[in-house]
Parts: sequence; structure tokens; C-alpha cells
Amino acid sequence: MRRLAPYLLILPGGLWLAIFLVVPMVFMASVSTQEGDVVNGFVQTFNFSVYGDALVQYRTQFLRSAGYGLVATVVSVALAYPMAYWIAFKGGPRKSTYLLLVLLPFFVSFVLRTVSWKFLLADDGMLLSPLKSMGLVPGDFHVLQTTVAVIGGLVYNYLPFMILPIYVALERVDPRVVEAAQDLYAARREAFTKVVLPLSLPGVFAGVLMTFVPMTADYVNAGILGGPENTMIGNIIQTEYLVNNDYPTAAALSFTLMAAMLVGIFAYARALGTENVLEAAAR
Amino acid sequence: MSTVTTQRATGPAKRVRGRSRLGDRLLKGYVWLILVWLFLPIAVMVAFGFNDTQSKSNVTWQGFTLKWWGRLGDYPDLTEAVLNSIQIAVLATVITTLLGTLMGLALGRYRFRGQGATNLVMFAAIASPELVMGASLLSLFISSGVQTGFATVVIAHVLFSLSFVAITVRARVIGLDPSIEEAARDLGASTWVTFWRVTFPMILPGVVAGALLAFALSIDDFVITQFTSGSTQTFPLWIWGATRIGVPPQVNILGTLIFAVGVAIAVFNTVLSRRRT
Repeated sequence: MRRLAPYLLILPGGLWLAIFLVVPMVFMASVSTQEGDVVNGFVQTFNFSVYGDALVQYRTQFLRSAGYGLVATVVSVALAYPMAYWIAFKGGPRKSTYLLLVLLPFFVSFVLRTVSWKFLLADDGMLLSPLKSMGLVPGDFHVLQTTVAVIGGLVYNYLPFMILPIYVALERVDPRVVEAAQDLYAARREAFTKVVLPLSLPGVFAGVLMTFVPMTADYVNAGILGGPENTMIGNIIQTEYLVNNDYPTAAALSFTLMAAMLVGIFAYARALGTENVLEAAAR
Repeated sequence: MSTVTTQRATGPAKRVRGRSRLGDRLLKGYVWLILVWLFLPIAVMVAFGFNDTQSKSNVTWQGFTLKWWGRLGDYPDLTEAVLNSIQIAVLATVITTLLGTLMGLALGRYRFRGQGATNLVMFAAIASPELVMGASLLSLFISSGVQTGFATVVIAHVLFSLSFVAITVRARVIGLDPSIEEAARDLGASTWVTFWRVTFPMILPGVVAGALLAFALSIDDFVITQFTSGSTQTFPLWIWGATRIGVPPQVNILGTLIFAVGVAIAVFNTVLSRRRT
């Protein structure tokens, strides 16, 4: 009985994950090679040409998504690191309050926050109309429907997922290690680049994983803040599945996206282990 | 050698401290700037619930009014969507908390074969983009002829929050002092009694934190929900549908209410856990 205990405890949740996470991926692969339409039904024909066709047709959106994800991730690291650093080392007794403030925006639906940005950035909205009436920007200046708006929205929505793991890594750095470096005549800058920064890199990598992946697959920001020139692969997959009901194309696209990301995700897990991400998630 | 040491210790040290104090202050200003940025759209959301707008497009400030609070139920389908969101979140939270707590206990307490695989699958559930999880779930439901709707949304919500709850409980279980349970057993308590009277009360804060997280994740979710909802509407789905035609002030008010409740619970939980430690 004692030997069975862990298996009995893990069984219900484990089955849930297996049936609704692992099995569906097999079904997605199967759907991608079917042919047919919603009215007459789909037949399994092992039609692999859909992959080539879909990739040729939506190459631009794939590359654009990767590009947006990359830029937004780099900007997020640059914005999040100093903030996580200050909270971890200078936050003092208010550390957990600052952390709570970083997380509180999550209590407003992600869609609603993005819609709020649409209000704020509208051509005649609160930010642009005063600038326009003061003549600081030309009258036809706009932010919505541009690349800047979409990338800005991505950074805004996922920044806490970057701050958190970096903070967790930095908080674990023993201040005595930094003192030791300074005792050994390291300047402030050296103590940072040679001691603190390397120790915090696992947190940065965890943050990169936790932001780059969802940002690249995002379609809400491009859908609300972007224009036709900003369509990402997520928008295509969403439209093909839910509007056009072209399940094989949609499944082929999302299977390709998933495969690309799983390679990255498992390469990360192999190289750095799963603990950094799991620990940050427990916060 | 000693002269170098004293020079290092006295002269430049003071200057460095002065500079670092300025640096810290700048950094603190920067932290607040980012926080303002994070809260800016929320402030706008709250404010525009009080906007005396005439048209359906609620974009420019027209003056203060409380009239929308009285007309909260003007859109029956919006009210229904919010109620759906709450029901889904409650149901998903109950299931997730139950399954996640059991998983967390197993992972925190025992060493067993398959533990690495379980960790890897949980990691994949956290790291996979929602779009991929939603798309593959929809493929499963289409292939097996399951009609998507309320139940499939609950299934999906349990799926993506399960790992978070399991990890949160696991952290608490690992932090337990085993000697307390040993003491209970030495005093003649059975395994069952030890669990309910000793272990469970000690891991309860982790369970509560996990449940809150599951609720917050569920009520806010958009992407997986859109793929698995069929014709069932939730609050975020309704907003997405309304963005093209204009979001009415009622949405701002409902968003504000949900935010207020969330903040109250989070603050309460933080104060409570601070008192405990």
C-alpha cells in the first residue's frame, strides 16, 4: 500500500494531463492529414502535402510571429531585469508588496486590458489627441494598426512572466557572495557582471521561455491593436479553425508551430532542467 | 600592500556609496514608472465605467456619471456570459484543487518511478502556448464527435491550471518538517488522523493559494476558451466579440468589480500568510 500511494495520488491528475494534453496532440497530427469539409465530413487520407502548401502560403506570418516574439522578448528582458534587481536587492521588507503589485493586473482579463490600450492609443484617444492639438505630432499620426502597437501590447501583457523568474533567481543570490566579491576588490560593476549576472541567468532563461513561446503564438494583441499588415500565425490558425473550419490546414499550421516550440521547450528542459520554470510558476 | 587596502577601504568607498545611492533612487523611480505603465490601462478601464458617453463607442471622456451602474443588466447576453465565467471558474477550481493537491502531495512526499516524466508533462503544460493546447483539444473533440460547450471549457481550464496548483502544493509539502508528523504517529495517531489533523492544516495555505490561482487563471482565460467553447459565451469572449462594434461601459464596470474582488482576496491572503510566518 505504501508503495502504491504515490501512484494513486498522481493517477487522477496524471490521467487528466495525459488524456487532454498528450492524446490531443496525436489527434491534431491526424486531423492535419485528413481531407474533406465540414458539411461532408473529413476522411483520413494521410495527405501530407497540406504541410508544404500551408507553410508556403503562410510563410510571412510565421516569420513575422517569430520576429515579433524575438523583439518583444529582448525588450522584456531589458525592461524586467532592472526592476527584478531592484525589488530583490533594494525592496527590503516591502519585497512581497512590490511583487503583488506586479501580479495584480492579472485580475483584469487579458482581453480587457488590451482593449483598454486600444482606447488609450486611439487616433482621437487620451494620449494622441493632446499631442496632436499641441502640434507635437502630425495630425495623421497613429499608433494603432502598427507593428509598434502589437509589440508594445505583447511586452505589456507578458512582462510579469519575465519579472517573476528573474526575481526568483536574484533573490536567491546570497548577499554575502556579493560582499565577498567586493572584499576581493571587485568594483560594483565587476561584482555585478562576474557574480550576480551569471547567477541570475537561469532566471533570465526561464523568463525568455515563459514569454517568447506565448508571445509568438499570441493573436489577441495583433487582433486588437494591429492591422492587416500585422497578422500573426496565431490569427491565421484561429481563423482557419473557428471561422473557415478548414481543420486540416489549421491543424497542420498549429502542429508545425507546436513542433517548433516543443523542440525549443524540451531542449531547454534538457539543458537547464524544469525546476526554474516550475518554481517561478509556484509563486 | 596595506596602504592599498586602506585606500580602497576609505577614500573611494564613500564616493561609490554616494553614487550608488543616486543609482538606487533612479532605479526606484524606474520601478514605479513600470508599475504606472502596468496599471495605466486598468485605471482607464475603471474610469470609463463612469463615463457619460452617448454612443456605444466609449473612447472619449464625456463627463462623470453613475448611470451605468444602474443599467448593469442592459445586455442580457453579457450578464449570461459573466455568470458562465463564474460558474466555469468555480467548477474548474474545485476539480483542479482536488487533483492538483493529490499530485502535489505525491511529488513533494515520495520518490517514485515516473516522477521525472510527470514533472516533464507538467512543465510542458505550463510552457506550451495556449493556442496549441486549445487547437489540439479542439482536434480531439472534433475527431471524437464531442460537442464543444460548457463542459469542454471546464476540462480545458482544469488542464492548464492543474500544474500550477500541483507545483504550489508541492512547494508547501517539501517545506514541511517531518518530525511533526512523526510526533503525531509516536503519540498513537493513525495515518488517516495524522493526515487530517496534522499534515492537511499545514499544507492548507498552499492549497488555498493554488485554488486562488486556478480561479484567477480560469476567469481571465481567453485563448483556450475560444477554441473549446462552441456557442457558450464567457466574459472575455463577449468582450472580444464587442471590440469591433464598441465596448459598452457595462464591461468596464464588470471588469472593475472582478478586479476589486481579486485585489481584496489577494491582499487578504498576503496579510494572512504574513501573520502566519
